[in-house]
Amino acid sequence: MKELPAHLTGGNFLLTETDPGLVFTPEELSAEQRLMAATAEKFMEKEILANLDALEHQADGLMPKLFRKAGELGLLGMGVPAEYDGLGLDRATTVGVEEQLTRLGGFGVTCGAHCGIGTQPLQYFGTEAQKKKYLGKLATGEWIGAYALSEAGSGSDALGLRTKATLSPDGKHYLLNGTKMWISNAAWADLFTIFAKVDGQQVTAFLVEKTFPGVSTGKEEHKLGIKSSSTRRVILEDAQVPVENLLGEVGKGAYIAFNILNLGRYKLGAGAIGAAKESLKVATRYAQERQQFGRPIASFGLIQQKLAQMAINIFAAESAIYRTAANMDAVAATGEMMDSTNPPFPRALDEFALECSVLKVACSEILDDVADETLQIHGGYGYTEEFSAARTCRDSRINRIFEGTNEINRLFIPGLLMRRAQRGRFPLVAAITKVTKELLDPAPLEDSSGGDELAPAQALLVNAKKLALFVSGVAFQKFGEKLADEQEVVGHLSDIIIDIYLGESAVLRARKGRKSAGSAAALSDLALGFVNDAVGRMELHARHALAAVSQGDELRAQLGIVRRLMRWTPLNGVALQRRLAKRLCEVGSYPALVASK
Amino acid sequence: MKILVPLKRVPDPDTKIRIQSDGSGIDLDGVKFAVNPFDAIALEEALRIEEKLGEIEIVVVSIGGDECVEQLRVGLAMGADRAVLVKTSESSDSLAIAKILAAVYQREQPDFVLMGKQAIDDDSNQAGQMLAALLGVGQATFVSKLELIENNTKARCGRETDAGIETVTVKLPAILTTDLRLNEPRYVSLPGIMKAKKKPLEEIELASLGVAAVSRTKVLKLEAPPKRKAGVRVKTVDELVDKLKHDAKVI
Ligand SMILES: Cc1cc2nc3c(=O)[nH]c(=O)nc-3n(C[C@H](O)[C@H](O)[C@H](O)COP(=O)(O)OP(=O)(O)OC[C@H]3O[C@@H](n4cnc5c(N)ncnc54)[C@H](O)[C@@H]3O)c2cc1C
Repeated sequence: MKELPAHLTGGNFLLTETDPGLVFTPEELSAEQRLMAATAEKFMEKEILANLDALEHQADGLMPKLFRKAGELGLLGMGVPAEYDGLGLDRATTVGVEEQLTRLGGFGVTCGAHCGIGTQPLQYFGTEAQKKKYLGKLATGEWIGAYALSEAGSGSDALGLRTKATLSPDGKHYLLNGTKMWISNAAWADLFTIFAKVDGQQVTAFLVEKTFPGVSTGKEEHKLGIKSSSTRRVILEDAQVPVENLLGEVGKGAYIAFNILNLGRYKLGAGAIGAAKESLKVATRYAQERQQFGRPIASFGLIQQKLAQMAINIFAAESAIYRTAANMDAVAATGEMMDSTNPPFPRALDEFALECSVLKVACSEILDDVADETLQIHGGYGYTEEFSAARTCRDSRINRIFEGTNEINRLFIPGLLMRRAQRGRFPLVAAITKVTKELLDPAPLEDSSGGDELAPAQALLVNAKKLALFVSGVAFQKFGEKLADEQEVVGHLSDIIIDIYLGESAVLRARKGRKSAGSAAALSDLALGFVNDAVGRMELHARHALAAVSQGDELRAQLGIVRRLMRWTPLNGVALQRRLAKRLCEVGSYPALVASK
Repeated sequence: MKILVPLKRVPDPDTKIRIQSDGSGIDLDGVKFAVNPFDAIALEEALRIEEKLGEIEIVVVSIGGDECVEQLRVGLAMGADRAVLVKTSESSDSLAIAKILAAVYQREQPDFVLMGKQAIDDDSNQAGQMLAALLGVGQATFVSKLELIENNTKARCGRETDAGIETVTVKLPAILTTDLRLNEPRYVSLPGIMKAKKKPLEEIELASLGVAAVSRTKVLKLEAPPKRKAGVRVKTVDELVDKLKHDAKVI
């Protein structure tokens, strides 16, 4: 495999420092990119918000109708190449649209399941003939797509699936038997990408039209939220799938399933942040309107703290999303392919698998926090269906479950680093050795005094990377290959890595943005606010992890290193959050906050 | 046939407007901008006429700084064929705008002008009327229904007035200003946005039009409207009548 520039190498943010000039920030979106997002915003306002009640009750035929309307506007074929009736847009452009489509209720899940996991297996792994036949229909929204991997007995353990595919005696069809569970879009889908085991062994993907004999769906699941989306079982009883509808190769279904999930996770992150911004807007408005003790509740410190906290976390997540999106675009532009499968697939799908999982976990949890605090700001009214806060809470919750639960993703993050290290694709061992040596030598750490207000945060993040490597090294030395069994330690490591990626993305964005945008002060406050909170979190995770590995003097020495690395003079977080909340209330929304001075 | 549609850049109707502390203007910091909604209605009508009559040329024009290119691109993305930006850094009042548009009109020689009845920023509702007077052509304002008749030589317009819908017929060329209920503008589709990149957008300096367009009005101070006071709940009709008589003094 070709060596890519450091900043375009997955996981590399843990090893080296990135020049702000190399990260893409939302401030750099072109007028055209913003206009596309504005179209999606208007569509959501006029078609979805206006029909939300009917959609939530699954009014007959309404969702497919609105879905097709979205297709006519080009909202469903953004990532599909122009030769298959898509728009061939890059990811940095599509993020803004995706954020909008997921803003309200289950519509985002419908679109996400279609554009992401419903379309991409075909787009990246289909043959020319398969793409000619189906891709255009999906890109324009004429057909609706779905992805069927999970089964009643195999969710997280996706490869434990039981659905069987048997070649018919005449060799013309595969006969699929089994039941897929939790399939988004099942009620409306025209084309399913279904995973089954050929000869009960080899996981293989198939393109299955809903009209093929033997394909049917169960009844709608009665869900907690995203009620406007469809979730059903897909029942396969001797379902006849022509051999030409086999996707990729026999036995290579796992590559397809997992690489498509990488992308899905990043998209889920973008969508969650779109929903979080909407929720923050609702919370901000309500806090200014609701009067208690003769003044708006937005004037109370504890409410301001909530509003600012939401903005801070959204900012860091958003920074990481755009950074990752543009990096994926840059790798895609190199044309590099992974050729372990037939057909080979773009390296861009695989390279940032770690970052995609980071985004999945971070954004889904930030959204849940935002939704929860929005409800809290609404007090008793938030607990009723009169306001949107209750629905947002119900809708947001799914994001921690699907596309790999957050537990599975937390295990995946360090796991992937180890696997890449073993294959010589990621110099983890060298980095750990170097950092460990350096830390045992009590020479003073990098001095950050004298820089600007972002310098201490940047220096802290440099140390946080050392912390992550150091703790990984200690844990690996103790458990070796068995580290995967120490899930709690792995989880702590993941959480440190997540804070590093979001924190660094936020600081880099603030550094870059202050040159171009007029919003230097707000950007700095948002980035510093994140790091100021992250320090304590990272330190605590490191302490818990080390305490589970070492003891006695050894542990005490290691904790000393943690303290040294996480040395940080706390900023006045109260003042910072009050400033942000005040400004947020003045300008009314998060996008206006980051765009303003 | 050629239709000229002026598009004004205004703060997005959904953004929160704040007044600068010295009252000299609105605080544009962090404010999103949009095509004036009435102008979007005008462009939509032009596009519908094109859909009915086939090939016609729709030219959108904006007056202001480089930033107005954004709104012209929106017009092109909706389906206009060509855009003209008249560049000026001066802020212009209705008469100055009318004079500039008159010069653009002379240059373009359209069959008629479709424009918003007013811009939602200063709500003047004058530029269209003044433009018609400067050009010596007919006008129909507050148009909520539009039909081209007699071989496209005249426009039959339903005008929204306080007394109801008035129907007038004007000879073309004319200036037609649009009201809210004329139509609902289409979405700016993503393919449309991509096509707009390739459409011609011409920038001309105001000076090159040879018009003296000096504003004669000056904004002295902006003030936010007073906050609405909370209402009172009345128990009976008698109490209501009494309050309307003695407190509100309206009956
Ligand atoms: C609304 C909805 C829509 C969905 N849409 C689709 C779709 O379109 N296509 C599709 O294929 N699937 C879909 N799914 C399925 C979804 O991906 C699975 O629900 C998810 O992967 C979790 O699997 P599970 O439900 O079997 O939970 P389980 O795997 O049983 O997990 C239960 C709990 O155990 C934890 N756990 C499991 N294994 C481990 C482990 N090794 N270590 C530590 N903890 C573990 C999990 O994190 C979780 O907390 C959807 C689900 C829902 C609810």
